[in-house]
Amino acid sequence: MPRRVLDPQFVIEHLSILDSDGNLDTALEPDIAPADLKRLYRAMLLGRRLDERMVRLQRQGRIGTFAPIKGQEASQMGSVFTLRPTDWMVPSFRETAAMIYRGWPIEKVLLLFAGSLEGGRPAPDQHDLPITVPVATQLPHAVGLAYAAQYREDNVVVMAYFGDGATSEGDFHEALNFAGVWHVPIVFVCQNNQWAISVPIKKQTHSRTLAQKALAYGFPGIQVDGNDVLAVYAASREAVERARAGEGPTLIECVTYRLGVHTTADDPTKYRSEEEVKAWEQKDPLTRFNAYLQKKNLLEEGLEEQIDAEIAAAVQRFEAMAAADPLTIFDHVYAELPPHLRAQKEELRERLEKDVERRADEELPPPLPMRGQRKTSRWQN
Amino acid sequence: MAKLNMVKALNLALHQEMERDPDVLVIGEDVGVDGGVFRVTEDLHRKFGGRRVIDSPLAEAAIIGTSVGMALYGLKPVCEIQFSGFAFQCFHQIENHAARYRTRSQGRFHCQMVIRMPYGGGVRALEHHTESEEQFYAHIPGLKMVIPSGPRTARGLLVGAIRDPDPVIFFEAKGLYHAAREEVPDEIETLPLGRAQVVQEGKDLTLIAYGAMLRVAREAAQVLQDEDGVEIEVIDLLTISPLDRETVVTSVQKTGRAVIVHEAPKSFGPGAEIAATIMEAAFLSLEAPIRRVAAYDVSFAGFAREKANVPDVARVVAACRETLAF
Repeated sequence: MPRRVLDPQFVIEHLSILDSDGNLDTALEPDIAPADLKRLYRAMLLGRRLDERMVRLQRQGRIGTFAPIKGQEASQMGSVFTLRPTDWMVPSFRETAAMIYRGWPIEKVLLLFAGSLEGGRPAPDQHDLPITVPVATQLPHAVGLAYAAQYREDNVVVMAYFGDGATSEGDFHEALNFAGVWHVPIVFVCQNNQWAISVPIKKQTHSRTLAQKALAYGFPGIQVDGNDVLAVYAASREAVERARAGEGPTLIECVTYRLGVHTTADDPTKYRSEEEVKAWEQKDPLTRFNAYLQKKNLLEEGLEEQIDAEIAAAVQRFEAMAAADPLTIFDHVYAELPPHLRAQKEELRERLEKDVERRADEELPPPLPMRGQRKTSRWQN
Repeated sequence: MAKLNMVKALNLALHQEMERDPDVLVIGEDVGVDGGVFRVTEDLHRKFGGRRVIDSPLAEAAIIGTSVGMALYGLKPVCEIQFSGFAFQCFHQIENHAARYRTRSQGRFHCQMVIRMPYGGGVRALEHHTESEEQFYAHIPGLKMVIPSGPRTARGLLVGAIRDPDPVIFFEAKGLYHAAREEVPDEIETLPLGRAQVVQEGKDLTLIAYGAMLRVAREAAQVLQDEDGVEIEVIDLLTISPLDRETVVTSVQKTGRAVIVHEAPKSFGPGAEIAATIMEAAFLSLEAPIRRVAAYDVSFAGFAREKANVPDVARVVAACRETLAF
């Protein structure tokens, strides 16, 4: 009884359609309507410009810490673009471009990163979960959503986002294992941006690819050039179609790069070289897609200015929002306020009222608003 | 009306709620074909099928994590964690997500789910099978923490928990599973969460207990009545969090003395919260310091020494006598 090779033998594909030198594989080029190509580019550019603006807002103290997306626009947009509004999107915490595309108003996202929970509330008809901070813990939720959709016989696909670091977590394993066993309609999108804060992918896993991990769970995995929006789109569309047809989960590994900081509290010069960053800047997903659209004569005149104006208007709306009312911290702990929280809310109400009276008596200036963005001058000093 | 033990009473609650509401699902390890290692989910799989009674892969975090996702979609999962000692592998899903989703999404989502776990001693099994760790869950805002004390409260509270819009941690005392039988009505009976019951009225001392310790408290009260002629008021807490402060405080204002009994380690346990509540609200009524009778602050004792660690009738009687004599 000699050792023998089991069937099936496993294969992992890498998909690239439009490379950083502008070479296009026309045989693989996805058929995307011109209007959709324009929308796709606009969403990626908006993601980039908003990201840059948010970094400035953070440096000015107008919003708090957040995770920039610069460099990952194609990975996010190429994938989320294949969903219907009735499908579900489950983000981690670095999917701003995808979230805006899914209908989160910019000012709401800014509000969230300015520390107000109202910013994390999806609209009633929006099939998106809010961001999840603990790494990989959102993946079982996505599988549960997909199970529930299947249970109710709804025509729904779930797309879940995470990074390379997340693949080391137990929740990644458990979620993919459950998804495989239950054969649910889900697409796992791994944005492999090479760095989990300071830890490079080679210290994260000894696997040749992250895509191959899917095979252990009994469903397909594919690696794509994550800076090639056409490749991400093609792989995602195929995965979404499979899920919708009842053919189960897919794992897509988007090989991309975080061109900026992990979060605005991070200094990447400590752990990676300028040469490496420069090399990846040559593979910028926007440059490549811009050139592709130029050839197709689909670039809109003045798009950048239009987007900047849209962002500026949203920032204005954000800054005009009323300061956070501290009393609302009690409102969504339980469906109904239990007696002890009623008492605590009353205590806070009295404390706040006394504070207002005291300030009036002492002719003190009004208290500082609770939200960070109004503290500009103090933070800049 | 039938006389049922706690396993059968819980099973009845699950059968009736699943019949009533197609959104109620059961998920856990061995809960399907096997009917659960304690048989609480017996016959559900046969009756409702594998899609509603899910024999999940062996992974606590994903049992809770996927249930969170199902709840976000509008289903009402009832999860079983085989022993509460294994729940630390899903503690992050409970604390980070089940408990917080209502706040995180500012009311857009919530997790209507029940997490059942057998807890406490009495089964002669290894480490992680005998602990009493309700204090961890009671401390988490957004969760409700429920512990029935017998078949009838188990059935009523499980129905209440399944219908409650907030996530509920539901502890079942293993020592009570096959202990006493009680009359349990055939028609659905619901007990509201957040309410304690005065199970015995008295004027001399308030004895507060829950779960398997309720029987110990009641026996101690009987001994004190028989031997010392004192009248003990016994409160069955039923919901640990949110605590029914009103019932506790009202009782202590009447009796002036309080003793709290629990199986969890003493320090930072529910007894500390109850004692502080009494101090804040009924200090001037107190005739004696509040006492706690609890397990010692050890990791685990092993079942050969369990009796020395878990409160028994003699310890409760002694604590009450000291309090009464103060």
